[in-house]
Amino acid sequence: MTRTSVAAVEGLFTLDPDEPRLIGGRARSRGSYFFPKSLAGSDPACLGDEIDEVLLSRTGRLWSFTTGEYAPPAPYVIPGDEFEPYVVAAVRLAEENLVVLGQVVSGISVDDLSVGMEMELVIDLLYSDDDHDYLVWKWAPAGYQENGDG
Amino acid sequence: MDDIAILGVGMHPWGKWGRNFVEYGVAAARDALADAEVGWDEIQFVSGANSVRCGYPGYVSASTFANALGFTGCQLASSYAACASGATALSIARAQILSGVCDVALVVGAESTPKGFFAPNAGERHEDPDWLRFHLVGATNPTYFALYARRRMELYGDTSEDFAAVKVKNSRHGVFNPNARYTKEYDADDIANSPMVADPLRLLEICATSDGGAALVVSSLEWAASRGVDNPVRVSGISTVSPTYPNSVIELPYLASDSWAAVGDETMTFKDNIAARAYEEASVSPEDLDFAEVYDLSSAYELDWYEHIGLCERGDAAKLLRAGDTALGGRIPVNPSGGLGAFGEAVPAQAIAQVCEMVWQLRGEAGRRQVEDAKVGLSINHGMFGHGSSVICTR
Repeated sequence: MTRTSVAAVEGLFTLDPDEPRLIGGRARSRGSYFFPKSLAGSDPACLGDEIDEVLLSRTGRLWSFTTGEYAPPAPYVIPGDEFEPYVVAAVRLAEENLVVLGQVVSGISVDDLSVGMEMELVIDLLYSDDDHDYLVWKWAPAGYQENGDG
Repeated sequence: MDDIAILGVGMHPWGKWGRNFVEYGVAAARDALADAEVGWDEIQFVSGANSVRCGYPGYVSASTFANALGFTGCQLASSYAACASGATALSIARAQILSGVCDVALVVGAESTPKGFFAPNAGERHEDPDWLRFHLVGATNPTYFALYARRRMELYGDTSEDFAAVKVKNSRHGVFNPNARYTKEYDADDIANSPMVADPLRLLEICATSDGGAALVVSSLEWAASRGVDNPVRVSGISTVSPTYPNSVIELPYLASDSWAAVGDETMTFKDNIAARAYEEASVSPEDLDFAEVYDLSSAYELDWYEHIGLCERGDAAKLLRAGDTALGGRIPVNPSGGLGAFGEAVPAQAIAQVCEMVWQLRGEAGRRQVEDAKVGLSINHGMFGHGSSVICTR
């Protein structure tokens, strides 16, 4: 039986396999960016401004990183039968100057990372059930896929 | 801003008692009333700091506690601002007193907590950042603490040993605090041998979740004088500010920071702004402080606060720590109570507990954790989603 691939939450990112992007908001006259778009508004100069939906840069510099060594509570869903520790990255997007969290693709450890290194957005499996693969954005070191590590 | 008086303080010891949170709040309130020599029937206003983990009674904490103490027809307000709830409740009491609505008020908060990571409310909410961060990233509270810690290491050269030294220091302070949950003195090896939770932070460096309750009896200076209290500990400043856009730090529980594409580069952060407002209200500067109670949600987080409250330049916090400046007996002791490292966090009670410690210090009643000649203290924390919380007390 084949499972259908779907976004774990709709409307936050595109599923383009080669060039996946986060979907954010941009204040039309002010020019500030938001992610997710639904949280637009923290810039007081945007009050009353139109918020356009925009695709955000898919590369940026690593702002910081850490690990999750213990299983988080729901609504986190443990993929597979047993919890595996994971790496989390915070990446400062090149164009928009905002920092976005995400898990790091498996196979990369904190020893492979350093603040300031170039990262890129990929789409990867978050968890599955009988019918669906639920996908999410993750961060990978730039060139990770071209290098054949993926 | 005019001052108000703190006439009495009380705490129920922190722990994992597993009892109804109302018990902790009532015990703390009774102690605060006794300490103030004020009768419950004299209290004109109750300001409750809410709990969201104890069912409906926690959402209406002022009436819950007033009911448990006996309904007298006094005025009530219940407020929630996550970890800032206690400071928010105190700020409401101060506003009532300074506007003349009441003369004397009780501020109280308590919580009974589940074991393990704090989790979001049940349900599926795609526009709730607290839900999204758990579901999509598995980002727990320690995830954020660890991101800040790692950044200190990369930018300022702080080490895991520095972070551990914060916990060692605070555990030494906590040994002398009868209200603390952890009264064991830890050494660096204990910390290095505890399990990694969120690299580089280990279990003993991350704030636990605790049960506890804390309360204050506060009044106008005139009312205090009418009771013969001419030199009370005073609340001289309270900050409950929001962040100022753009805040360059990624804050709990968001998936992203603000963008500073439209407004130049990062300058002040949220945590700088919190302290700035408290200093302004109290007409006090960092050099005037004799001690501070800061929210050490993690060992490394305490170092961030040294910089945000102006004890040193950004990046220099570990130097203060290494010099022993922030230990009891040092130039500016931080967390003489033992801090969250010795308490764990009982959310709505914690900011009130910080004020209790300030009162004991300023009265010279802190026993073996007494800061010599303490005249000015500052407490600081912040509530998730952007509630600032800082109180300056003077005597």
